[in-house]
Amino acid sequence: MRIPPRFSQRLAIAFLGGATLVTLVILVAIIVFILEKGLLVLGWEFLFSSPKDMGRAGGIFPTLIGTVLLPLLAIIIATPLGVSTSVYLTEYTRESKTTRVIRFGTDCLAGIPSIIFGLFGFIFFVTTLGMGWSIMSGGLTLAFMILPTIIRTTEEAIRAVPKSYREVSFSLGATRWQTTKRVVLPNALPGILTGVMLGIGRSIGETAAVIFTAGSSLRIPESVFDSTRTMAVHFYILAREGISTENAYGTAAVLIIAVLAVNLLAYWLMNRFIARRS
Amino acid sequence: MSDNVTAQYKIEIDGLNLFYGQFQALKSVPMSIQERMITALIGPSGCGKSTLLRCLNRMNDLIHGVRVQGSVHLDGIDIYRPAQDVTDLRKRVGMVFQRPNPFPLTVYQNVVYGLRVAGIRHSRSLDEIAERSLRRAWMWDQVKDKLDEPALELPLDQQQRLCIARLLAVQPEVILMDEPCSALDPIATMKVEELMLELKKDYTIIIVTHNMQQAARVSDFTGYMLLGEMIEFSETQVIFTRPTKKLTEDYITGKYG
Repeated sequence: MRIPPRFSQRLAIAFLGGATLVTLVILVAIIVFILEKGLLVLGWEFLFSSPKDMGRAGGIFPTLIGTVLLPLLAIIIATPLGVSTSVYLTEYTRESKTTRVIRFGTDCLAGIPSIIFGLFGFIFFVTTLGMGWSIMSGGLTLAFMILPTIIRTTEEAIRAVPKSYREVSFSLGATRWQTTKRVVLPNALPGILTGVMLGIGRSIGETAAVIFTAGSSLRIPESVFDSTRTMAVHFYILAREGISTENAYGTAAVLIIAVLAVNLLAYWLMNRFIARRS
Repeated sequence: MSDNVTAQYKIEIDGLNLFYGQFQALKSVPMSIQERMITALIGPSGCGKSTLLRCLNRMNDLIHGVRVQGSVHLDGIDIYRPAQDVTDLRKRVGMVFQRPNPFPLTVYQNVVYGLRVAGIRHSRSLDEIAERSLRRAWMWDQVKDKLDEPALELPLDQQQRLCIARLLAVQPEVILMDEPCSALDPIATMKVEELMLELKKDYTIIIVTHNMQQAARVSDFTGYMLLGEMIEFSETQVIFTRPTKKLTEDYITGKYG
């Protein structure tokens, strides 16, 4: 039996539209649910005071610092490493068995559960290198965790730069490095930024790898070799140990708003960059 | 042919073979190109004319699996010798591509790209050369107030002339044109052709074209290629009026291709 095209067309619209609607509703529901519960405790007091009694009372200021420092460190380490690797793989090597193995390796690495990275970080940075539970150990662990994401998105972004741009650049007497620096990277930047944003998002929300490597100290860190607690870990401990559901939701709300703000900032930066270039 | 013979021609190609892997795209091609003349390469698609063009600034080096045999002498010096600096060669032998391909930058940034790459930072010299190059490409009046606007917003024919200006800024000696008008309308094509005749006073131009009328209109010499071979190379007038080879005659009279 053949479904008439006009009917299948309507069916498709209904199905695709329906799927979009369901996705949207779920997303909005999560955000509204958390904000509704979280905004009750949210205020300057909550943001900028230290927690009291394990987090039953007081604010989340130290976790704010941890949440800024860990992803920042991770991104500072992972971005140059990842972008350089992708440039090397795409611009400086020909597609071969070796590059395919490397690509397969990064893909596998991207799929490894974060707790494995945590375990690795614990054994290698915390114990073997003697960095202890610290911002440094956590930052390095997160850096390795997000490295595959940054490598792959950067590679895609670089591949999307038209071949003709490179050709013109070479034909005007530019070297490969000049071409990479002046033509390929600027045009791949929006894509690279997307990868970096994904990385920041993943490290802000990470708990397992962070507990293992940065610990969960509630003191304000004095150096990168002090332990710290991120908002995500704080939320996990508050909820898991049944310390304070209200403050857990408060933390979650701040986390969501923070991620949103980071994304908005990235979009703004990207648009400004594109506007300036063309 | 030895390197110390005084060059009679700007470019001398001798026994040039080119392989893409197993496929031979150029078969023992000879060609001599005179200075400050326009030389056209014609022939059906896939005959190797673009490949031949890209041998002259070694753009084929960028393609994986390409092998070149034979010699190409520029001013008497083999450009395929191991000591040849390829970036230096490409500054001397510039290229205009089939599709206008300005960078997604401003008009000004496009024109000075080659200069910046060459390490010129002094802004006054950049400005001077940019203006001179745009004037040479007959664009200055159209774009002098749009220097900071995106090049991609210019009409196509202006984009192509911007690409020519960008090339002139590097002060090449030879200009390779790979079907430079195929994306342009007839009026824009005519303007580019007039520009070519003007540029001929200072530059040696080699143009690949699908358009036989174009070859007849602008070129001094024409080479007809077929299946990787140079069938006939002669003065344009001779090729189009008294070709010596049957194959050439078939092509220019439209019996082939």
